[in-house]
This record gives sequence, C-alpha cells and structure tokens, in this order.
Amino acid sequence: MVSLSEYLILSSIIFCIGLVGIFVNRTNIITLLMCVELILVAVNTNFVAFSHFLGDEAGQIFVFFILTVAASEVAIGLAILTLLFRSRGSISVDVTNSLKG
Amino acid sequence: MGFEQIIFYIFSFWFVVSSLAMIFSRNAAKAVLFLVLAFFSAASIWILLEAEFLAIILILVYVGAVMVLFLFVIKMLNIDKSTIKARFTGYLPLRLVVAIIIIVEMSLVLGPSQFGLDVFSVPARHSEDYSNITVLAMQFYTTYVYPFELAAVLLLIAIIAAITLVHRNDTNRKKQSISEQVNVQAKDRVKIVSIFLPNKKEK
Repeated sequence: MVSLSEYLILSSIIFCIGLVGIFVNRTNIITLLMCVELILVAVNTNFVAFSHFLGDEAGQIFVFFILTVAASEVAIGLAILTLLFRSRGSISVDVTNSLKG
Repeated sequence: MGFEQIIFYIFSFWFVVSSLAMIFSRNAAKAVLFLVLAFFSAASIWILLEAEFLAIILILVYVGAVMVLFLFVIKMLNIDKSTIKARFTGYLPLRLVVAIIIIVEMSLVLGPSQFGLDVFSVPARHSEDYSNITVLAMQFYTTYVYPFELAAVLLLIAIIAAITLVHRNDTNRKKQSISEQVNVQAKDRVKIVSIFLPNKKEK
C-alpha cells in the first residue's frame, strides 16, 4: 500500500527539480517554460493524491482547470518566444536584459 | 512490498530521472523528449491514484499537443550553438544545496507522521462499474458549469492572442474588398472574343 506521504514527497522532489531547472538554466527560454510545466505537473500530482485519499472529486476538477490554464499559457508563451527570436535573433536568457529599470 | 508499491517506485524512479535529465540536457529537443517521458510516468502514477480521465488528458493534450508544439518551435527557431556553452554559471552548487534543503524540509513536513497510512488510510478501490469520467462530468456540468465555460473562453482568448502575436501583416493575405465586389460591371468579368475559324475553301 502506497501512503499519501510518499506521493507528496515524490511531488515535492519533482517541484524542486523544476525550481532548480529555472534557476540554473541559461541556455534558452524554452527550457524555462518546460520547467514551469514540470512544476505544474508536480502540483497536480498533489491535487490528485489528496483527491484520491479524501474521496473528493473536486481535486481532479481543479487539476483539469490547471491543465487548461497551463495549455493556454504555453501557447501564448511560445508565441512571445517567437516574437523575441524575431527581434533579438536569439532565445538565450542573457539577451532578455534590455529592459533595464 | 506489495505489487502496487513496486509499480509506484518504478514510475517514481523514471519520473525523477527523466526530470533531472530534462533540466541537465544540453539539447532542447532531447529535453522535450525527456519531459514527455516524465509526463508518461506522471500519468501512470495518476492512474494508480484512480484518476483515469486526467491521466488520459495528460497524455493526449500534453504529450500530443503541447509537447509537439514545443518541438515545432524548437525546430523552427535556429538556436545558436554558442549559447549552449554559456549555461550553468556559478549558481549551480548553491542552487543544488538550496534544493536539497527544500526537499529535506518538505520530506520532514510531509513524512509518515503527518500523512502516513495510520493518519490517511488507503481508500477502498472502486468497483468495476465505477466510471471516473461519469463522476467528473456530473460535477462539470452541474456544480462547476460556469468555471467550465470560463475555461472554454480562456482557450479562445489564448488562440486569438497567439495568432495576433505572431501574425505578420499584408504578406500573401487574400482579403475581401466589398466595394469593388459591388461595383463590378459585366464587362470586367466577361470578355467576348470572336474566334474566326480557318476557312476550308482555300483548297
């Protein structure tokens, strides 16, 4: 029998991996978006685990809405990425520093 | 160790390994493929948690549409090879230490003393005629019908925003001019030409 704490620890590990990926990545913004996806999947695993163990379907419904929002976020993010590549000629994280405050 | 636990640890292992390979791979296309493997493992774990509909949605929508979109963008953009050298600045050891501390702390909080089997007992499996999709659909179309429609509107906004952002103007666009269409005369459209057949009496 797999307990709830094992699911939660697994999703916290995945969450931290996604966080490290965002912090250390300098190559391109596409990997940043993928790390955000990884973090969202970790959080969704939390929702699904609690939904199963508490016997409430509301958690799964919330996961469905998170997936919808994440899909639209990816579509717009990749569109912005294409625009950035057209104007800068690169999608490296280092070239996005033109907005100096 | 039961069969369910063995399956859980196998898929968890692949989930963690493919996530690590995703953030440390130098090639962006390989990173997308590792993320696909991570999503498959996550979907397997969700099936273990009896969330069949969401697992299928994760594979169909995420792997089938979103990850393919990522691959398309990676293949369309010519990613400079010289930027790959510049990754992993001096932040890496510090971040790894911070991440390990976060994992240890979360494991202490989420450990078996708070969320173990004696606190949250494993619920009984549903019978064979239980349908996850039916239960979710009953919730979607009754209690959560307004959020459901809002999600549809959100997807429409995402389509419009993505098209508006990347659309380039006036190249190869076939647009309609109503006034020209209304003012057209018959002589603009039909041209009468008289064809003279060769006369056969010349022989």
